[in-house]
Amino acid sequence: MSFLLAVALMAVLAVILGAVLGWAAIKYKVDEDPLVDKIDAILPQTQCGQCGFPGCKPYATAIADGEADINQCPPGGDDGVRKLADLLGVDFKPLNAENGEEKPKSVAVIDENTCIGCTLCIQACPVDAIVGAAKHMHTIIEKECTGCELCLAPCPVDCISMQPVGETVQSWKWRYPVIKLKVTA
Amino acid sequence: MNAPAMKASLPANTQPVYRFHGGVHPPEMKHLSNAAPIVPAPLPARLVVPLQQSIGNRAKCRVAVGDLVKKGQLLAAADGTVSVAVHAPTSGTVVAIDEQVVAHPSGLAELCVTIETDGFDVWGDRTPLDWRAALANGDGKTIRDYLRDMGVVGLGGAVFPSHLKLGGRDGLETLVINGAECEPFITCDDRLMRERAGEIVAGIAIVAQLLVARQVLVGIEDNKPEAVAAMREALAASDIGNAHVVVVPTLYPSGGAKQLIKLLTNKEVPSGVRSTDLGVQCFNVATVYTIFRALEHAEPVISRIVTLTGNVARAGNVEALIGTPIADLLDFAGNQSDSEGYIYGGPMMGFELPDTQVGLTKAGNCVIARSAAHFPTKAPEMPCIRCGECATACPQELQPMDLYWFSRSKNFGKAQEWNLFDCIECGACAYVCPSSIQLVDYYRFAKSEIWAAESAKKAADLARQRHEFKQFREEREQEEKAARLAARAAPKPEAAAAAVDPDKAAKIKAAMERAAAAKAGAAPANETAAPAVSVDDDKAAKIRAAMEAAAAKKAARAAAEAGGETPATKPAAALDEEKAAKIRAAMEAAKARKAATDGGVTAPAADATEPVAKAAIDPEKAAKIRAAMEAAKAKKEGRALAPSVSDNTPVGEVAGSLANEEVQVDTPSKPALDPEKAAKIRAAMEAAKAKKEGRAPAPAVPTDTPAGAASAALASEVGQVDTQAKPAIDPDKAAKIRAAMEAAKARKAAKEGGEA
Ligand code: SF4
Ligand code: SF4
Ligand code: SF4
Ligand code: SF4
Repeated sequence: MSFLLAVALMAVLAVILGAVLGWAAIKYKVDEDPLVDKIDAILPQTQCGQCGFPGCKPYATAIADGEADINQCPPGGDDGVRKLADLLGVDFKPLNAENGEEKPKSVAVIDENTCIGCTLCIQACPVDAIVGAAKHMHTIIEKECTGCELCLAPCPVDCISMQPVGETVQSWKWRYPVIKLKVTA
Repeated sequence: MNAPAMKASLPANTQPVYRFHGGVHPPEMKHLSNAAPIVPAPLPARLVVPLQQSIGNRAKCRVAVGDLVKKGQLLAAADGTVSVAVHAPTSGTVVAIDEQVVAHPSGLAELCVTIETDGFDVWGDRTPLDWRAALANGDGKTIRDYLRDMGVVGLGGAVFPSHLKLGGRDGLETLVINGAECEPFITCDDRLMRERAGEIVAGIAIVAQLLVARQVLVGIEDNKPEAVAAMREALAASDIGNAHVVVVPTLYPSGGAKQLIKLLTNKEVPSGVRSTDLGVQCFNVATVYTIFRALEHAEPVISRIVTLTGNVARAGNVEALIGTPIADLLDFAGNQSDSEGYIYGGPMMGFELPDTQVGLTKAGNCVIARSAAHFPTKAPEMPCIRCGECATACPQELQPMDLYWFSRSKNFGKAQEWNLFDCIECGACAYVCPSSIQLVDYYRFAKSEIWAAESAKKAADLARQRHEFKQFREEREQEEKAARLAARAAPKPEAAAAAVDPDKAAKIKAAMERAAAAKAGAAPANETAAPAVSVDDDKAAKIRAAMEAAAAKKAARAAAEAGGETPATKPAAALDEEKAAKIRAAMEAAKARKAATDGGVTAPAADATEPVAKAAIDPEKAAKIRAAMEAAKAKKEGRALAPSVSDNTPVGEVAGSLANEEVQVDTPSKPALDPEKAAKIRAAMEAAKAKKEGRAPAPAVPTDTPAGAASAALASEVGQVDTQAKPAIDPDKAAKIRAAMEAAKARKAAKEGGEA
């Protein structure tokens, strides 16, 4: 009897716990693949599409799914590849030249005298960094421009150009200390 | 270097003095410059005034090249809260506003205003503030704003905007006034306290009232007995209650804010906590002096006291205008020819000047001409032997050798964990290190790497957020559009009609062009909102030229790429159903034209946009497209029915020229009153009649319009006009509806014919 009771008890317990687990799995479901987010956090978010995917997140997803290599993001550069290699525990490989090459960070600048206000660039900009209304001059919010260059091609009057962001007093970094070696004859 | 005899003669402190951890005793070298009184520096021929003179935002320039400025006139206004104004140090002419090398270790250029002085040194208008009344009213904000506009910043070296430190809190336990001046060589605060103690104390009184401080402690190192005496005397003469000068032992870095607070109040400011949270606020003596000058004399911060010392003939302190080239100051002090370099700030925390032509800034408390006598070449760096000397010396109680190790190996995360950012870069550790490791250089390197990484991360987060928002926005717009279209489904059939509008025709035409361009490889075919005003022909011509050039370039690019659109543009192109439908209509029209003329220039566009158009075509759209096809068929059969484009409207003319129309055409459709519209309506009605009677006609079509224009016009009508076709009351609408009905009838007939 007590044996049966024990079995029954265990069975009931199993059902209850199973239900709790099942409920928790639904309630606390992790929607996003955490690996995708980790990869996405390393990608520079330029949203330029040079990797062959329409944005950084799709590329991150593709990497996580093993559908893309880690060396396809030119804005991230070799440094970015190295970080991805570290994260994924794979070997570093240099940037794939087919995707483009790493360039110094630039921002797009609209020649405001030429702009005809066609709004094409606004639609191309992946981060809504361009402001302007139809038929009015457009301008680019420098702070928000990622330098993806996607607005260059659609402009019918070719009035957008990329300008490198130089080093400023604010963005300047102290160099790694170098120790001078004395030459002994 | 210390004068023990004088130290002994100091009256005892009435307040206790505590101790801070570590500290070092570098040779003081103050005797070089502390003997002579402050003298005004000669007026230089030109001043180079940097606009970034404080922590935070650069001030916004308010003058132009060629402006005559008076002494004290605003050169640049504060930009935001964390920013202060910059003023003209003397009268003269603004000769340049450009990037010039500034006093910064990077040697990079920053925006500076260059003033050619006129030698008169005349003051401009000064607007004094009745600060006593403001203080009495408890109106701290007016005073703070005034100080911001007077350019008052912390002159101890950090140039933090002072108005931010005077923020209204309900009472402060202790106001600490920093007169420690612990760094070797520097004597500017010493001289200031000796000579202008009265004004400093007046400033202290103001700050104490503003902050409602219960106690004021002035900390001065015991190597400045004259300054201590002068300050004690001035304090005694003032009516500030509970204020004391506290003599602290000479120990570098007692002048660090945290160290002085510990010395005077025994309060340790933990990592990441502001001293105000502990009821303590710290001001430099020179800062309170400028606060007083600003409030009492309406004098902005346009000069400061600088110690000129080291390898110079006449070491001492000068009161120099902000922007004075350092070379001028060195000349004045009698710079020796064997100086090897110039240190801006003290020997412990200062940096090597990149150029002596840089202008003096508010942060510049000292310039040291470096020579082998005072600064013997450092011994070569040796490996760390983990002796722990640095940890003993560190006033912040850090583990410098570990920080060094992590910074050196670029293990920044670990360095941060070990409180790298608590390091005040005092250099005490490097001073004691037996292996002569330039520890601070490593910390600075690590800090700036971490800052850069953080700002890159911030930028990336912002970009990610904005990108996600854009995607969300596009989705939402698409949904809204779908909802709108669904809501309009009922009045629809009337709308799918033949009333013709040249504007729309032009738009569709433009869309077709773009589709063609997309096919060619570059432009995404997702544009509708038709573009720009172009009032004068001149600009129009220019734009046309530019567009042609762009098109040519794009074609070349497309040829090179041979690949069509980049993936990122695809989703954008695919998003908008309405657009897709329009394009589809355009395609139909193109096909029809091809059939009619056998030309087929734009037909490939259909292929280019096909995948786009596939995205969800609802029945309504299908109806439109069918209508377009009908129209095409009709035309094919020779029943050209489109009197739409009246040759006397400029719009109609433009419809012929392709790129151009995109620019000129988009005059918004007005309500039915204007003659142009009336003409259109008439034409539409005629067309309808003509169609009915099967008679070919269309007098209004200009001879030079390609045959396709008519069909394009129709297609456009079909594709776009629905926004206008409301149940009709006015004649215009009535005409349209009639036309629509005609079209529907025709279509039905055609369908029957097809089915039969
Ligand atoms: S290539 Fe461009 S879109 Fe692709 S991951 Fe890098 S930044 Fe993002
Ligand atoms: S695409 Fe070119 S012309 Fe059109 S709004 Fe943008 S900058 Fe102006
Ligand atoms: S003082 Fe120098 S050698 Fe000694 S532990 Fe510190 S870094 Fe190493
Ligand atoms: S420089 Fe930094 S680590 Fe070195 S003693 Fe000063 S606070 Fe400590």
